[in-house]
Amino acid sequence: MNVYDWIVQLMGIAMAVAAAPALVGWVNQCRAWLQNKSAPSILLPYRGIRKLFHKDAVIADNASRLFRLAPYVVFGTMVTAAAVIPSIATRLPFTQAADAIALVGLLATARVFLSLAAMDVGTAFGTLGARREMMIGFLAEPALLVVIFVVSLTSATTALPLIAERLSAQSFTLNPSLAFTAVAFTMVLLAENARIPVDNPATHLELTMIHEALLLEYSARHLALMEWAAALKLFNYACIGVAVFIPWGIATSHAPSSLAVSIVLLGVKLLFAGAGLALIETLSAKLRVFRAPEFLATAFLFAVLGLLVRLLLGE
Amino acid sequence: MKALPWDLQLLNTLAALLLLLSFAMLSQRRIVSLVNLLAMQGALLCIATLLLAWRTGSHHLYVSAALTLGLKVIFLPWLLHRLIRRLGVYWDTEPLLNIAGTMMVGVLVVIFAFGLAQPITALASTATRNSIGIAVAVILIAFLTMITRRKAMSQVVGFLSMENGLFFGAMSATYGMPMVVELGIALDVLVAMLVLGVFFFLINKQFDSLDLKHFESLKEDQ
Repeated sequence: MNVYDWIVQLMGIAMAVAAAPALVGWVNQCRAWLQNKSAPSILLPYRGIRKLFHKDAVIADNASRLFRLAPYVVFGTMVTAAAVIPSIATRLPFTQAADAIALVGLLATARVFLSLAAMDVGTAFGTLGARREMMIGFLAEPALLVVIFVVSLTSATTALPLIAERLSAQSFTLNPSLAFTAVAFTMVLLAENARIPVDNPATHLELTMIHEALLLEYSARHLALMEWAAALKLFNYACIGVAVFIPWGIATSHAPSSLAVSIVLLGVKLLFAGAGLALIETLSAKLRVFRAPEFLATAFLFAVLGLLVRLLLGE
Repeated sequence: MKALPWDLQLLNTLAALLLLLSFAMLSQRRIVSLVNLLAMQGALLCIATLLLAWRTGSHHLYVSAALTLGLKVIFLPWLLHRLIRRLGVYWDTEPLLNIAGTMMVGVLVVIFAFGLAQPITALASTATRNSIGIAVAVILIAFLTMITRRKAMSQVVGFLSMENGLFFGAMSATYGMPMVVELGIALDVLVAMLVLGVFFFLINKQFDSLDLKHFESLKEDQ
């Protein structure tokens, strides 16, 4: 561990935090293009966050300390997750600290705080949203864990940086189990980040919403942090997907040249991933809330099939 | 880790897709989509047979690929679609178990099939022996599809899917059955399908529905 490693690590975290709203902006832009609308600027999420930081916060009278604390906890968890995920380089001090299963736990912590804060004020919408969030969460988590088990089996480790390193060292092969797992992961990503088949990110004050219902009582800097954390969550998920399923080009050493290549490649991969996400969202219709378990059961099935196919074909 | 040659990779992928299609059939509620899935399964089987024929250089596999294409991809789905139109049965009722429950049973069935196929896999000497487990799983899932449905039409689709699984199993265990056996099976399936088509009409005429629970009223209850 030398100073240079830490600088690279901090640079990676700063990049994730800074680039996350841009990814959301890019997805929104692509979606608008696909739907023949004039697209908002890619910088719109930044402007929204800046605007919210300049406002005065209004907090309900009966809100407890937890309500004020939650945005900082959620944002902090997401930043920690961004530090753990090997997005640009694999040999970083923080990425050794937690494996993939701990990462799932980290994401669960954020969810618990988000839901508790939503229930804290006691409005009907908040409670409703919290219950739905927990329902989605408890169905999505097993699928995510099985996805991780499959990639861990394939690379014989649960540490994300080692997974990325070993998978990127392989030459490209047709691997049905990883393909199934990638489908499962995409479905989990859609559900966890409140994207279209499960939740509509563009909706406000409707009975079907999940993510927005959790944030209804927040305003100003708290809301800004929550939205930033949501953007960071999407960025983190995209980075996990990239690190596990398309890891080619990730920097395994800290030579400035390989780091530069890795950052550029990550940007390109994320551009494609965002465009793909927008395409999925445009092509599919929002499911009824009661159909969401079926959607996530399918994700779980895909992940389990990936696992079984791996065992059956025994590569 | 040694990388497999690309044709084996492709065969393994096809096997995995066959299993996926079996699960799709297990979860499908609409009979029209069920028939389309069956046709897709046949098409995958045909591609797998062609690939295997090319790989092993055995000519009789080309014949069975052609048989598969003609019978399972074109003729039988066409016949089933025609029957559906003539009988006006576009919807299947809810299966006996709910979808998620059926899926979980399906996963257990695949694990069981894995255990079942292991001794066979150990004995087989073909390069594709790893797919035997998948073939057994496809057979058992098709069986499960038949068990969980009440309508005669979906049961027949399950039966045909089971035949697909058997064919795939024979292919991966011994590079295909002897030509005579294969022709016999193809003829059997064809005749069975035609007879069942007539049966559908009779059942439908007698009960105004293809729901097999009406058969229970044939029992003498004194």
